Amino acid sequence: MNAKQYEQAFLAVSAIVLVVFLGALGISAWGMGVSVPTEAGEVVPARIDETPPFDDPGVKKQGPKRYTVVMMAQAFLFRPRTIRVPAGSTVTFIATSRDVLHGLKVRNTAVNAMLIPGQITRVTHTFEEPREHTFYCHEYCGAGHHAMFGKLIVEPREGTSEEGAS
Amino acid sequence: MSHAVADQQETPFDLSRGNRALVRWNLYVGFAALAVAVLNGFAQALNYAKIDILDLFPGLETYYQGLTVHGVLNVLVLTFAFANGFTLLTTARGFRREPPAALAHAAFWTMLAGTLLAGWAMFTGRASVLYTFYPPLEAHWSFYLGLTLLVVSTWATSAAQFVMCKRWRRDNPGRRIPLIAYISIVTYIMWDIASIGVAVEVVGFLLPWSLGLIGGVDALLSRTLFWFTGHPIVYFWLLPVYVSWYVMVPKLADGKLFSDTFTRVVFLLFLGLSIPVGFHHQFTDPGISSGFKAIHAVLTFGVFFPSLATAFAVISALEIGGRNRGGKGLIGWFFKLPWGRPALALQVQAMLVFALGGVTGLINASYNINKVVHNTTFVPGHFHMTVGTAVALSYMGIAYWLIPWLKGRALWGRRIALTQGWLYLVGVLIFARGMISGGLEGMPRRTQIAEAPYAEGMPGWEIAGVLTGVGGTIMFASVVLFFLVILGTLFLGERGEAPEMPLAETIEGPSETGWQTRLDRFGIWIAATIALIVLAYGPFLIRYLPPRLVSEGFQGY
Repeated sequence: MNAKQYEQAFLAVSAIVLVVFLGALGISAWGMGVSVPTEAGEVVPARIDETPPFDDPGVKKQGPKRYTVVMMAQAFLFRPRTIRVPAGSTVTFIATSRDVLHGLKVRNTAVNAMLIPGQITRVTHTFEEPREHTFYCHEYCGAGHHAMFGKLIVEPREGTSEEGAS
Repeated sequence: MSHAVADQQETPFDLSRGNRALVRWNLYVGFAALAVAVLNGFAQALNYAKIDILDLFPGLETYYQGLTVHGVLNVLVLTFAFANGFTLLTTARGFRREPPAALAHAAFWTMLAGTLLAGWAMFTGRASVLYTFYPPLEAHWSFYLGLTLLVVSTWATSAAQFVMCKRWRRDNPGRRIPLIAYISIVTYIMWDIASIGVAVEVVGFLLPWSLGLIGGVDALLSRTLFWFTGHPIVYFWLLPVYVSWYVMVPKLADGKLFSDTFTRVVFLLFLGLSIPVGFHHQFTDPGISSGFKAIHAVLTFGVFFPSLATAFAVISALEIGGRNRGGKGLIGWFFKLPWGRPALALQVQAMLVFALGGVTGLINASYNINKVVHNTTFVPGHFHMTVGTAVALSYMGIAYWLIPWLKGRALWGRRIALTQGWLYLVGVLIFARGMISGGLEGMPRRTQIAEAPYAEGMPGWEIAGVLTGVGGTIMFASVVLFFLVILGTLFLGERGEAPEMPLAETIEGPSETGWQTRLDRFGIWIAATIALIVLAYGPFLIRYLPPRLVSEGFQGY
């Protein structure tokens, strides 16, 4: 029997498949900019209420179609709990936790990140369509973990007709 | 003439009465943990389907307490106990000598003490922190001490292997280490190095912190140390099963293992590549540069390679078996496998499910694609097909020859055992289909979805929950049948009808000369492994250290 040849062919194909997959990931990450969170600064959890920007959580307008959401997670709520931005906005979340590990997932988007006390999480996403998104904590944080959520409402674009709202 | 792993002239292998009992008790403790764990798992699966039986569990305060029990008992107690007992036996089999009594006993008693300590903490609600115990969610010190003892038990087992190896080498200078002992030892060398991360985390930080000796912990560093161990731990779960798949399953299938050298190289690749990949569990973490994450992504794809090689080797051995039994054609041999042997049938079923587990694992590992599935139920959907089936169902299959062998009795209830395996296969596929589809719709893992106020009306979550509940129920029923067969064997199995220990012959045996002999020099491969780890973790640690001990403990459970 020629198992050896089959073996070599199988291993060669295996290696090629893995390399092709990695290449596709590389193109998506560095060619198309689908990134993962990276280093974005640190904050001391005990001094979080005095440390900008976390001394004032909320939605901040930075420019046309550009918003920052300064977000603080704690057991078992997010601040802010409701976020409103117009359609087409590019939103940068600057978030951290004041106590234990939490997670932030905005459903139906690529916003999916860990919130770790001491570390600042920074993720950016553009919300094109007017619709309501639920966001929630996806890392176990204690007995009330499943009750930790909020709403992100993408409103019809400012100055457009009401048709866009339907 | 083919080389034989087992020298046919020698007498059948046996262990002393005491060592048989020791291996057996390792399995008993592991399977007792499995029993408690699956009872909790059943309740959690039903909870996804909005059927609440959690109130029926005495002393259970929250869903998450039960989830902690499910995770810790399954993946830390069952796996460690089984691996310790099983590889003690396989190493002893390879060297044909008794394990050193002191170390083997030390391994068992530390494992038991660790289980009882951590169990006490979990059952009294002092440690509802899940099996990942990310600080600053803080558990009682007894939980951390219990886990430490569990890890120490694996080190004692590794030491027992080394003692056997050293004595064998003294008596057999210049000979190749028998394959079954070799791959058992490499499994534990990998784990010895891998467990350093969690050892530093727990002994260096969490234990003193829970005792009030240090005021705070570093959440990110702890998590990083955890995943230093937390990915290779999946190979520590898998590799003892691979020992069975490579050198025992072919015998059970009337086949032969193709190549001795190939098998050793695959295990060495697992040694080298299992560890420097931990950041792929932290793709969505802040505080770690995306460049470091990308390096770990590439290495993770690298460790997929020996898994694919294993798929080839194991299936090729099965094919030899199927053709020996008269199987013809491209896939005809598969149906000619001896499906009536539970020890074989369950392990082949485990392999079939593992193919899906591997594919979903590759999705998890895919850097930015991970954002779609990270911390959703996709992930438990994936790992119930890996550790939850490839490993757990193989354990059950192995138990179907091992318990009779250890006990000197025939297997009782062969048909029940066969039914049990197929039930598990069907159950886990339904279960995983539920969890994976829910995860793709964003359903978070480790979350009591039935009580989540935001879950109402989420598209796809309800059917995902129902499938999870149905699949989990079938899996639970299957495990109940498993325990029925084991208890039946222990008390009703026919005495003196025990099977032989399966050990396959290899077609291409080990070479006593040339480059292949270097495979047996562990020092080279340990040095290479450590070098790769330093390359993969060193730059991050240099950039990050010293630890920021700024997080106080919280116990919001």
